[in-house]
Amino acid sequence: MHLILFIVFAGLCLAGAINLLLQTHPINSALSLVVVMSSLAVLYLMLGAEFLAAAQIIVYAGAIMVLFTFVVMLLNAGREERTLGSRAAKALGLPAVAVVLSVIATVILKAQGLEPVALSDNITSTTDLSKVLFHELLLPFEVTSVLILIAILGAVALARPAGDEHGRRTGVEK
Amino acid sequence: MTILQFFLWSLLKIIVVTVVFLMGVAYTVLLERKLVGRIQNRWGPSRVGPFGLLQPLVDGAKSFLKEDIIPTAVYKPLYLLAPILSLGCALTSIAVVPFGAPNVTGSGGFHFFEISEINIGLLVILGVTSVGVYGIALSGWSSNNKYSLLGSLRSSAQLISYELALGLSLVGVVMRAGSLNLRVIVESQSRHGILSWNLFGGLQFIAFFIYLMAAYAETNRSPFDLPEAESELTAGYHTEYSSMKFAMFFMAEYANMITVGCVATLLFLGGWTSPLGDLIPAPENWFVHALFPIFWFVLKVFSFLFLYVWVRGTLPRFRYDQLMNFGWRYLLPLAILNIVGTSLWLAYR
Amino acid sequence: MIPLSWYLLLSAALFSLGVIGFLIKRNLITVFMSIELMLNGVNLSFVTFAHQWHMVKGQIFVFFVMVVAAAEAAVGLAIIIAIFRTRSTLAVDRIDLMKL
Repeated sequence: MHLILFIVFAGLCLAGAINLLLQTHPINSALSLVVVMSSLAVLYLMLGAEFLAAAQIIVYAGAIMVLFTFVVMLLNAGREERTLGSRAAKALGLPAVAVVLSVIATVILKAQGLEPVALSDNITSTTDLSKVLFHELLLPFEVTSVLILIAILGAVALARPAGDEHGRRTGVEK
Repeated sequence: MTILQFFLWSLLKIIVVTVVFLMGVAYTVLLERKLVGRIQNRWGPSRVGPFGLLQPLVDGAKSFLKEDIIPTAVYKPLYLLAPILSLGCALTSIAVVPFGAPNVTGSGGFHFFEISEINIGLLVILGVTSVGVYGIALSGWSSNNKYSLLGSLRSSAQLISYELALGLSLVGVVMRAGSLNLRVIVESQSRHGILSWNLFGGLQFIAFFIYLMAAYAETNRSPFDLPEAESELTAGYHTEYSSMKFAMFFMAEYANMITVGCVATLLFLGGWTSPLGDLIPAPENWFVHALFPIFWFVLKVFSFLFLYVWVRGTLPRFRYDQLMNFGWRYLLPLAILNIVGTSLWLAYR
Repeated sequence: MIPLSWYLLLSAALFSLGVIGFLIKRNLITVFMSIELMLNGVNLSFVTFAHQWHMVKGQIFVFFVMVVAAAEAAVGLAIIIAIFRTRSTLAVDRIDLMKL
């Protein structure tokens, strides 16, 4: 059962990631990334991280990727072109990536003491998660909230059209 | 319980719930047409069947038999994917809604009145709803039509903005119940009937108000139906859709309405529990005993839908900048204040 | 029951695919998406190790990564919109000047 689920969703994951590379239109790439993220959420569930699975769907698939598709739609980005830069990157980058991947893979396969995963393993409840998050890791949590605030301000400042530095109201443009 | 039994039972539950849900969707459309008709001093559909009760069937047949037009300039894969995604997400979220009493269980803690019990049920509903945005966004973009694109841009922006307020308005309820499990949330407000509902006893009426507003915006319903404002955008994101594909968007909208009503019922109105608490003694007959909670649940969802239609028949449409201002400047701060207030109350009571 | 290393291999593969995408894609938005793919690959290995050591902190790290990714997406997409506004292109090869 676990094996079937893993094969299906890991396969979906990899297929989505490869499709992201093969597609030339950004919106197709964005949608294949959504597939990757949704199947990752299922893998998280299988590893007993149920809150993260939900957060993965809500934050990544439901918010970040919607933002991406929104921007693609807004800018009406067309098909990308293959250029000299991409050919050079392919020639140099692919072997390098292959080397890195094989190194990581050998390390993982040589690693000792990894327990096998079963579906019946303990599930991390949201309560446990929040206890650790709000007791031991309260300071990092607060720091991230400041980070988010800065990001919001930065995004608003960046996306405001040029010549609008004085905070003139321009309707709903964000 | 063996795995085969589990699959068979789940399949049965899925079929029954889906059929009932789709019937509910069909008759919500009729309810809306009838009620809006009455509000505007006309009869609404009344020709087909007694009181127009067969109208949904005829509507369905009509959508099936219409010519299915695919314009030449559309981007076909996404154009076809969009309505499926929309309806699929709308139908999926009902899977975690518990609609009957938990004490009627089969062998091995098997719930009859819920397709699947999940610890994070509330988050699943929020997640599935947020994925539903893609249906609308893609339909507008792939249609290759400026009205569709404008409608879907409006809609995605509106959905993202109001999802924040929606999610934050539910935090107070979750804090009170101490769980994301929808059953636990309902149990937490079942003690004294109507007095312990989150809406009244839980002092979450601000949250309920925010939820109500955000829910109207999330389902693209009047007074926030900007994405399909017919006076400016013909039909918004589904301008280019015809026949069954249009019907799928249409059904998705009403299915979302029902889901939102279910969530409101579970979180604020005490779910399947009786508003009278223990004033009515529990019936002896097991059948009535099992059916009573479902009756209350359906009644609550129905009143929520009634409110939906009433608002649509009464309020004019907002302007787009008013909509954004309202969401970001009023609802969001109010939701955060509600969280702060609730947590202070929970800490010092 | 499947070995934990499969999850780790999957995460490594996702990460490498992200790196490849980052290298060969020429559209600014797709390049940005490849970065998200890399983050996701790393997240999977965090969750896997959290499962291995029965530690909740690994999951919380993923939570933080998600938050940072959200902030990054907001700012990054704002930068992309600003770039598109001044240069009206998204091809990374054409965006090679600091000034207009």
